This record gives sequence, C-alpha cells and structure tokens, in this order.
Amino acid sequence: MRPSLLLLFALAGGCATGAARPTREAGAAPAPAQAPAPAKQAAGESSSVDRQQYPSTYRRHPNPPVVIRNATIMTAAGQEIANGSIVLKDGRIVAVGAKVDAPADAVVVDGAGKYVTPGLIDEHSHLGVYAAPGTDAESDGNEATNPVTAEVWAEHSFWPQDPQIPLAIAGGITTIQALPGSANLIGGRSAILKLIPARTVQEMKFPGARYGLKMACGENPKRVYGQKGGPSTRMGNMAGYRNAFAQAEGYRRKWDKWNKDHQGDPPDRNLKLETLAEVLRGDIYVQNHCYRADEMAHMLDLGREFGFPFRSFHHAVEAYKIRDLLAAAGTGAAVWADWWGFKEEAMDGIKENAALLQQAGVRVNIHSDSPSGIQRLNQEAAKAMYAGIRAGIPVTRDQAIRWVTANPAWAIGLDSLIGTLESGKVADVVVWSGDPFSVYSRAVQVYNDGWLVYDRNDPAHQPRTDFQLGQTPGPGSDR
Amino acid sequence: MIAFLLAQTIAITGGTVYPVSGPKLANATVLIRDGKIVAVGAGVTTPSGATRIDATGKWVTPGLIDGAGQLGLVEIGAVPGTREGFLRGDTIAAAFNVSEGLNPASMLIPVTRIEGVTTALATPLGNLVAGQAVLIDLAGNTIEEMLVKSPVGIVADLSESGKNEAGGSRAGVADRLRRAFRDALLYERRRADFNRAQMPPLPESPPDLEALLPMLHGQEALIASANRRSDIETALRLAREFKLKLVVAGAQEAWQIAGELARADVPVLVEPLDNIPSYDALGVRYENAGLLAKAGVKIALLETDTHNSRNLRQEAGNAVAYGMNWEQALRAVTLSPAEIFGVADRYGSLEAGKVANVVVWSGDPFEFTTGVEHVLIRGKEIPLKSRQTELLERYRKLPPSY
Repeated sequence: MRPSLLLLFALAGGCATGAARPTREAGAAPAPAQAPAPAKQAAGESSSVDRQQYPSTYRRHPNPPVVIRNATIMTAAGQEIANGSIVLKDGRIVAVGAKVDAPADAVVVDGAGKYVTPGLIDEHSHLGVYAAPGTDAESDGNEATNPVTAEVWAEHSFWPQDPQIPLAIAGGITTIQALPGSANLIGGRSAILKLIPARTVQEMKFPGARYGLKMACGENPKRVYGQKGGPSTRMGNMAGYRNAFAQAEGYRRKWDKWNKDHQGDPPDRNLKLETLAEVLRGDIYVQNHCYRADEMAHMLDLGREFGFPFRSFHHAVEAYKIRDLLAAAGTGAAVWADWWGFKEEAMDGIKENAALLQQAGVRVNIHSDSPSGIQRLNQEAAKAMYAGIRAGIPVTRDQAIRWVTANPAWAIGLDSLIGTLESGKVADVVVWSGDPFSVYSRAVQVYNDGWLVYDRNDPAHQPRTDFQLGQTPGPGSDR
Repeated sequence: MIAFLLAQTIAITGGTVYPVSGPKLANATVLIRDGKIVAVGAGVTTPSGATRIDATGKWVTPGLIDGAGQLGLVEIGAVPGTREGFLRGDTIAAAFNVSEGLNPASMLIPVTRIEGVTTALATPLGNLVAGQAVLIDLAGNTIEEMLVKSPVGIVADLSESGKNEAGGSRAGVADRLRRAFRDALLYERRRADFNRAQMPPLPESPPDLEALLPMLHGQEALIASANRRSDIETALRLAREFKLKLVVAGAQEAWQIAGELARADVPVLVEPLDNIPSYDALGVRYENAGLLAKAGVKIALLETDTHNSRNLRQEAGNAVAYGMNWEQALRAVTLSPAEIFGVADRYGSLEAGKVANVVVWSGDPFEFTTGVEHVLIRGKEIPLKSRQTELLERYRKLPPSY
C-alpha cells in the first residue's frame, strides 16, 4: 500500500505537505486567493492524511438581485453614505453609493429611515456547542478530559438545530467563530461558520476559512485540572503550553522532512500534534482566552519562543493596560463592552477598554461569548464607543461598526471577503430599523451571501430550528 | 464619604423633569432639602444659599431601582468567600434575612450608582425558600444607612431549580411549600404546645416558621421565582389558597397569561433581554414585558447580572424596542418597583416629601449616547468615581504611574 503514497504526493505537487497539509479547504463559494486546491480524492490506496479533511459543503442559496435604496449606508470602510443605495447580485455586493445602477429584475427594498451595515461577525461564540435548552446532553464545548486537546474540533460538537441560532440571525449576525470552551490550556479547533439554517455543520462552514486554535490562560484550566493532575498554577499552565508546542516542533520537523524527501514510511499521524504543527506553520490562527495583562505578555513570549503569532486575545479585560504591547505584536483583542467582576481575573474590566485599544492602533472587536449578547453586538459596540467618547477618547462611528464587522473579519482571516460594504465583497448585509447604535433599533432584514435569511416583517423569512417545532404556542406567536 | 445628617438645600434647575407620577415638566426645578424633595415644578424658586445644579438641556428622573441582584451581597462571583446571598443547609430558610451580609464598602456599589441606579433589591438565592430580600440605597457607610426596607418579602423558588430541594418534582415543590405554610399556621395556633414539647417537632425550625407568618398574613410579599406558565399558575394557586400578596419574578412565560395576572393584580419582575429557551420556559421571548404592560400588569424591570446592574437602562430601552411604551418602561424602573416593594410613599417618583434619589442625564436615560451628569442619593450628590474610573485614569497614559 505504501508506495502509492509517493505517487499521490507527486500529484499533489507543491501542496503536498502531508500532515502539514493546510486544513483550510476550498469550497463551493469563491474562496480567498490563498486557499489551496482541494486535496486529491485518491482511490482506495492512499492514507487518511491525503484525503479531504472535513470539507465545507456550503452552497449559495439562489436568490434574486436586491437593491436597497435611500438608506444610510455604514460601509465599515471609512464612509457613512446618507441616502445611499447598495446592490446585491449573485452573492456579491456589486455597487454601493449615492447613485447606483440596479439590475432590472432586482427586488427593491425601500431603505428610507433605515441603516445598512455589513453582516455582524462574532469572533467568540459557543452557539451550537453549548446549545439551548442547555442540558448536560447539549453541553459539548469543553473536552475537559485533558488539559491539551488540540485534536478536537468544535465543528464536531456543533448542533445546527440549536434554537439560539435563529435568535442570533435576527440580531444581524452572519458569521461566527464557534469555539471550544476554556477549560483546557489548548481546547481544540474553532469552526468558522456562516449563520444560516442548515442540516449539517458542513453546510455552514465558511469556504476557505482557516481554523482557529482555542487556548486559555489563567483561572479556568488551573481550576478544572488542579485536582485532576494539573496544571494547578499559572506557571503550570505556561509549562503545559510549552511542552505541547515543544512536542509539536519535533512532529512538524519529521513530517516536513518526509514531505520533502518521501524516504521510507511516512511518520504516524498524531492528531493533537498535527493541529499544533499547523499553528507552527502559521496555517491556524491562535485565538487565546486571556484576561490579565501580565498573562497576555507571557503568551506573546510563548509565541516568540515557538515562532507563531497570536491572532487575538479574547475577553482581554486588561488589554488596555498593555495596548502598546498588543499594537507592537500585531495581536488583536476581542473584548466585551462592560463585563467584569464575575471572577478575579475579570476584576479590572473597564468600559473604555475598546476605545483605548482603538486609540493605540490595536485591532479590537466586540465579541459576545454569550447566546444573549450575540443578539445585540451592535448595542455592545455602541456602549463601548460612547463610553470612550464620554471619557475623551476619540472613537468614530466607522471605527465602532468595524468592531463588529471588519475587525472580527480580520481576526478570522476573512477580511478580504466579508466585514465591509464594498463592491466585490460577499453580500452579507443587515438592514436596521434605525441607527444600529440606538437601543431602539432592530435588524429588519439580514442577507447572508445575498440570501434573505431573516425578515422581521415576513414570517416566511423567520427560520425556525427543528427544536422549535411543536411548541404551544409557537415561538414568537401570541396566544 | 457620605454624611447623612448634614442639612443641605440643593436646587436642580432648568432641566426637563420626569416626575413619573405625573407628566414631564419643561424647564422645571427639583428642590431638595435635608435629603428629601421639597418641591418640583416650573415655578419653584431657588432659595438663596441653595447649591444649584444646572440641568439646562438635561433630563431629570428619579434614581433607577433594580428589582433583582445581589448588590452588597457579592463581590466576585467566582470567589465563595465574597458571596453572602445563600444559606446552606436550610431548605425553608424563611428566617434568613440577608441584611447583615451586606457590605457597604462593596466596590460594585459606586460602579452601579454612577450610572443612575440608586436603589436595588438584594435578594437571597438558592433553597426552596431562599430567605428575605431587602431593599437598599446604593450609599451609606453602615448597613443601617443602606437599608430602605427590610424585609421586602420572602423569596421562594417555583422554577426548575427549586425542584432540587423538593424531591425532584414540580409537584413536590408545591407540596413542600404548602406543608411549610400549613406548619407555620399550625405553629402559630399552638405555639405554647410546641414550646412545652407537647407536639412532635416540625420539619421547619421555629424561627423559619415565625418568619413565614407575616407573609401568610399578607403583611409581606411572597416573591416567587417562576418561569413556566404552569409554575406561574401554581404560584397563583398557592396565593389564592393562602391569601398571599404574590409577586412573580422571572416570569418568562407570563405573557401567555397576561390577562389572568392583570385580573389577579399580581405584579411581575421581568428581565426584558431574557429569551434563551430552556425546558423551564420554552416560551421565553423579548416581547414579554411589552405584552404584560399592554394587558395592564404591573411590571418592574430587572437586570439580574449584579455586576452590571447599571445596564438596567439598556434593559428598559430594549423593552421599549419590543413593545412597551417609553413612559411605561421608565415607570417600570422607578415607581412600579417602589410600589411592588412597598416603598412608594418614599421612593420611585419626584414628588414633594419623597426621598431625594435623583439622576440628571445628558439625554434619554435609555440611550447609549446618554451619560449620567449628577447622581443624588438621599439628597447628597455622589461623586462620579469608582474603582473603574480610577483604573481608567491610571492607564489613560502609558506607562501608568503607580
């Protein structure tokens, strides 16, 4: 059997990296330029590593062109266009501006008095992995059996029938990063998902998206493992990360050598080290739950030791204290508007965190980590913006809308495709009843890849999961 | 530090005043003396010597009242040593009054009050009967200074979580509460026999039985946590059987029986941004507060995240977005909770004779653009400082100066 591998890798050409094969997979929709060709499907004789690894099966939902007219368009690309229009066609934004040409067959949406933003993106969600109704049976977010579980993938826990999904869609969310929980030092791979009704998670996987690796600092791992063999201290946490990546270095070396010379048998696969090796190669983004400033500084050192960047720190309630270090490292921060105090490492949260990070040039975004908060990321961004402004820290409306659109798009590596309203971008678009920074505004229409997935005024566009069927009275209906 | 007994006259002038008890007043004055409101109106003259707060262009409302949470009873959620709201080992903990667990030095208190919440219910947690809730002002150096009313009512859990204390069935919850209430009435009738040990002991302790009596005589409220429609109906049934003054808290499916609650004159405490379905209440939805208000139910709005009680105004704004009208929502965070907690003679509106808990806002209190400009609690202006404002100042420039 083995000799055929040689042939296979020869065919795969420059992409033949064995276990190093980038786990970004190309799918049906246009993918980022850097996305590799799909792994070759070999007949029978190849080994697992050479076959497609859990590909996206996403297909764009057919939909007519749409033109939204006379709305205030918040592009998240530097502009707020009064009385503007936007045209969506074949899943793309084809025109944005004061005057646009719309196809003759376009559905016309009157945007008078309304606001239009990019679809909102939540960089930190546990939808689907901690699904409602919140029973133990649906608690699939923490593989709390070992402090390092780099081998688990959030998508394999994700339940597409989570009734929290339509709630988040109604809040204007179009893309999420679904993450494993924070019990473990290294908790596993995230899933980058389009928030659409679907039967399988594969149908939701954002084509071409890179995986993230969830890591966690501080109290959680040492609490969970303190009585279960460790780590029980922050220094134990640190040693745990270092041991894991030290092993991954050797694994990566072995595979890189074999991929280059194909001498002898390929090394055995180790799923844990395979994921970590991809971090070392820069193909998986590190998404790190970390509250305290001093711990984030340690993690940046860890990245320097092993040669990988931290894409963003999540929660990061003390990020404002080291905003200069984060800006210099190019590491983003995903923060709440105002959560604090629920544990010791969250005691120093301040409402000006996001504004101070913005001022320092850090790519900051507002995340939810909550099935409730994800329904109003626009409001959370508004709170954080006005808290900054009131404290004399300048924040523009465009910057604040980027906190929930373009910046999280960058944090998951999809900023070339989503996160702004510009020609050529994916048609993920929200129409709001008014200024999205007002407490009284609500999403009235949500387009995902041009598909009207939610319309507050049309029950035909208010998706419901299987879980919600058979309830009396039906969800959302008055008795 | 807040000196409570210092005589002082303060005039808040020029603002748009929302007394809540009546229509809004343009360019009006709120006159405060010795901690009380002495006059409200457009024609009120400012006495010489009064401290003047210019509220021109601002909105003036009563301080907001959060009808939920553990302010003063918890410092750090994950640190048990800082939590005081739960009494272990007493299923019917009716005698557990949380007052002496209050920490007037809690750092949550300044964080909360500088954003316009001046009064809050401090509630016990857990058990089947959790204990006695008390109402506190978010100022004062001692527990006595903080207390507005103690107790406000007896808190019981008729939701799914209460089952753990009653054998694992909702029917067990109702049965256990009924027996406790009957035991209390029996104890009252035959107190002497119990004291002489002429009667076998009851499962509840005598102090807990004693503590249930004011509630059973309608002098105190039963604050029943219940979310599922059938659990709310069980609470109503118990209230009818024992002639209780019932308040339903949580009340996620209350919208389904809004008319019945209105007819029974039972007020509810609801958190507007509560819509995650569970088996306790699959019918939970954002429109709950709006539908209840429309049916004429008296409502107080809640922010149950104690550390962010300051987000009560965001809850109220969202209640408006989902069906309450603005005036109803303002009332539901001021005068209605004062009425429900039995302190409307002193709290909840800007009227002569009431305690001077007053907030001056830069605009609509529910909007994110709006900031708090002045907070007065019992007639004293509160400095707009907290641990968080100190952290901001320390780290406004890097490196910080320690």
